[in-house]
Amino acid sequence: MKFYDLIWLVPIFPVLGALINGLVSNRLGLKKSVTNVVAISGSGLAWLLGWVAIGQWAFELGTHTTHVVNLFSWIQGGSLRILDGTLAEINIAASFQLDSVSALMVFFVTLVGFLIHVYSIGYMHDESDRAYARYFSYLNLFMFSMLVLVLGSNLAVMFVGWEGVGLCSYLLIGFYFEKDWCAAAGMKAFIFNRIGDWGFLLAIFATFMVFGTLEFTQIFPVAAEHPDLYAGAATVIGLLLFVGAIGKSAQIPLYVWLPDAMAGPTPVSALIHAATMVTAGVYMVVRCNVIFRLSPTALLVVAIVGGVTAIFAATIGLVQNDIKKVLAYSTVSQLGYMFLGAGVGAFVAAIFHVLTHAFFKACLFLGSGSVIHACSGEQDIRKMGGLKKHMPTTYWTFLAATLAISGIPIFAGFFSKDEILGKAFEAGAGDLNTFGSTYYVLWFLGLAGAVLTAFYMFRLVFVTFHGEFRGGEEAEHHLHESPPSMTMPLVVLGVLSIFGGLVGIPGKLFGHPEWNLVERFLEPAILPIGHAAENAEHVSHHAVSLGLEWGLVILSVAVAFFGIWVAHRFYMGPEAFARPRRLAERFSFAYRLLLNKYWVDEIYAATVIAGTIKLSRFLWEFDARVVDGVVNGTALTTVGSSFISGIFDLKVVDGAVNLVAKSYDVASREFRRLQVGYAEGYAMVMVFGAAILLGVFYLVKL
Amino acid sequence: MIITATHYVALSLILFCLGLVGVMVRRNFITVLMSLELMFNAVNLNLIAFSYRLDDLAGQVLAIFVITVAAAEVAIGLGLIIALVRLKDTVALDEADVMRS
Repeated sequence: MKFYDLIWLVPIFPVLGALINGLVSNRLGLKKSVTNVVAISGSGLAWLLGWVAIGQWAFELGTHTTHVVNLFSWIQGGSLRILDGTLAEINIAASFQLDSVSALMVFFVTLVGFLIHVYSIGYMHDESDRAYARYFSYLNLFMFSMLVLVLGSNLAVMFVGWEGVGLCSYLLIGFYFEKDWCAAAGMKAFIFNRIGDWGFLLAIFATFMVFGTLEFTQIFPVAAEHPDLYAGAATVIGLLLFVGAIGKSAQIPLYVWLPDAMAGPTPVSALIHAATMVTAGVYMVVRCNVIFRLSPTALLVVAIVGGVTAIFAATIGLVQNDIKKVLAYSTVSQLGYMFLGAGVGAFVAAIFHVLTHAFFKACLFLGSGSVIHACSGEQDIRKMGGLKKHMPTTYWTFLAATLAISGIPIFAGFFSKDEILGKAFEAGAGDLNTFGSTYYVLWFLGLAGAVLTAFYMFRLVFVTFHGEFRGGEEAEHHLHESPPSMTMPLVVLGVLSIFGGLVGIPGKLFGHPEWNLVERFLEPAILPIGHAAENAEHVSHHAVSLGLEWGLVILSVAVAFFGIWVAHRFYMGPEAFARPRRLAERFSFAYRLLLNKYWVDEIYAATVIAGTIKLSRFLWEFDARVVDGVVNGTALTTVGSSFISGIFDLKVVDGAVNLVAKSYDVASREFRRLQVGYAEGYAMVMVFGAAILLGVFYLVKL
Repeated sequence: MIITATHYVALSLILFCLGLVGVMVRRNFITVLMSLELMFNAVNLNLIAFSYRLDDLAGQVLAIFVITVAAAEVAIGLGLIIALVRLKDTVALDEADVMRS
């Protein structure tokens, strides 16, 4: 059996689960056990089939192949004159494709998605039966959308999934919609995503106008073959695509929805941050890497936005006190790293970081969910502490994931993050697209961000799990380790956080480039451009000596340990909290700046939102004064003119009618005298009439 | 004495005038009807006389038509009389004044 022909079934399983749970279990309020079976089999079968299909594809067809499964012709139209002068038929297919990038995405989306489903069983068991079914219906739908997104073989199918994850994020962030701020957070996520989607949609239109097709397997080889012809179009398409990626992957300036997305249940945060949704933007950029590599401008924009976001979000994360907020800003920051990687042409490193990030960020979020669960819904880390002895499994897995995100060697995040930073430095050294100095600056920002990451993550660990519990006697009594359905996924993800990065050992440091499995796996997706091949990788491969690369690795490890050391000094031991408090007092402005997240939300409120409100008010006034005035004026004119025509009607028209009637009245008053009813009289009249006529005829001699 | 067309026309005129006076002066509906019949037949006589005189059969054909119409007219007239009798219990024409205002 050829399972790789059945990849379209991979998204079908979750959507079936979503339909059953959403339309049946939710309506009828079926028991949680029923919902569980449906939801778990929906995601579990997708996981199983996804992995089997990937395995069979890899071993039978080879990982360098692109396997397209065409389902049916979706959108058909006329024809279109495209850039190279030929006439292209408009025919968009509903088709799925399996290649190395989508295989990698399916690999971890199904795995992490399934684990989060399992975890949710434990986390959501307090909900009512109907809410529970609703929750799992959304969760399944989320997986469906993400799988459509990564498996789609053209931009249109991808867009379906793209919108789907946006919808599901809205539904799940606003899951507790009875609370106003949760519903508002959902809307915020949706609106910010819509801004990005606008860019993506324009990019799709532009792609269609330029290439006449949306199929990846048709666009990219053509674009790669004629770099000069498509360079200009690539800049436009690339930047528009990146607008979409900014919205979906929460980059400056559209990142503000992601921290607010914490309003949803914690497993949802894990799903959004790790497996689905935010990785979509990175996936899309990597998928369209040919377009981006054709345009130095687009690449530079991607790198700058990524690098700046990485450090910007990290600084906010330093001082947040909500455990999920810290993790949210760390996600924004890590996504920044991914885009930095993509922007310096290290697409493999970017998608590799997506993979490792999926493992450790899912682990961190599920761990924080476990903590919140134990603390009866408390999310403020100042009211936690000393949880290590109460919940050892959560602690150890959380620690593993924290080490991974901090970039400590052997742990998953180290390899991917170091690869990105190394490539950024190489881009600077190799003077990529003559923007070398800019890339040096971005590398430095990334390195600084790495220090901050290590610091704030270990601050989280120390404050939450070490020291004494600060939440009061009663709450301490409640502390307990979570049920196995929650700890099992944690353990799996913890193990993956530790060893997951080993698939991407930077082998060339040891003189064995073939050790880097991820790079070899993803190589086919990075098409060589043109005949000159003067671009990113070519330059950077030889720009930095082996010794310097080792130096960079040691440097980034050193800064990670430095961050941990500072966190330890600040938040551990008898002097805990004293130092940061003194610092906060001395630099109170900076502290408040960070605590209030640079007032970005407030700035948006004061500019964009206030502007929108002002504009709406102006339009309303315009509507009330001018439009309504015109309407009312028309109404008044109509009333006046109809008054006049009413009078005209009464006097003239009715007068004429009455005159006619009157004339008949008068005439008949006279003529009725003739009609007395005697037949003889009539006969007499007739006879005399005939006689008179005869007389006349006789006289005039007709 | 040779009977010419003039004689026929004179007879016809006399008959017509008799009928006409009968229609105008009599109150009895049946008499009126009979007088009407007399007028028809005066006309018929006239038609046939001229038909003979002018040697044209059309006049006689027209006379046949008039007889037919007269028969129909009598049927309607008698129907009216019966209706009048039923309604007013009389055959006097001046009693038939329901439409008088």
